[in-house]
Amino acid sequence: MTLEPIRKTITVACSREHAFKTYTEAFDSWWPREHHLGEADLAEAVLEPRPGGRWYEKTVDGAECQWGEVLVWEPPARVVLSWRIDGDWKIDPDPAHASEIEVRFFEEGPGSTRVELEHRDFERHGETAQKVRDGVSTEGGHGGLLKLFAEKAAA
Amino acid sequence: MATYGSDQLAALADPSRRAIVEALRAGPRAVGELAADLPISRPAVSQHLKVLKEAGLVADRAEGTKRLYRLEPDGIAAVRAYLDRMWSDALKSFADLAESTESPELPELPELPEEEQS
Repeated sequence: MTLEPIRKTITVACSREHAFKTYTEAFDSWWPREHHLGEADLAEAVLEPRPGGRWYEKTVDGAECQWGEVLVWEPPARVVLSWRIDGDWKIDPDPAHASEIEVRFFEEGPGSTRVELEHRDFERHGETAQKVRDGVSTEGGHGGLLKLFAEKAAA
Repeated sequence: MATYGSDQLAALADPSRRAIVEALRAGPRAVGELAADLPISRPAVSQHLKVLKEAGLVADRAEGTKRLYRLEPDGIAAVRAYLDRMWSDALKSFADLAESTESPELPELPELPEEEQS
């Protein structure tokens, strides 16, 4: 079963090269500060610019939390990241349980770049979904929560 | 029925409320039981549960003299709604930075050979 991905598109008034560099090298400069997992405030969000690089947060108390890794690194066209954060807002280090975020950069004209983001493969977080369901229901059939989710997502 | 979006985002942004959601994974609990396990007061737990309930993340029912709270089995749906909003915010923020930081002095490169124009 495939769960509908999240897709976002935005057009940016800059070159493709600059858009890619901003997305990756300047990651910390634009990442919304409230979107992180640690208890303390976000100190720095880091995306290591290479295949296999880590993608992680550092909080002001010195803690680090790795959100995932760089799966594909094709500057200035494409970057694919894994998302290891499960449905309980915890890190699941098993790569098989990580969803994927692909960001593609298309030149639309001089100084205009279309950026397409797709966050997909949510079903890989399925074990979490099952755990949540087990916690709340004694009659839970396998994958029931995912079905619920799929119905919601399709609505 | 709550709609998924800003309510869940706001509700789950709070660490205490995430802790309550986490505690409810094990099964339905009363307010007093939750307060006993968390470093926050019973009135605070009640307030957080009210927000979570309004966001459609927990439901409650009376059992004897107690009111039991349980998770709505839409946890992943809430996560998806959260991510949807998060990526919108993130891309907007990214676009603002990219547009404001590109070096304006880069000249247009005259790469088209003039002689081909006849």
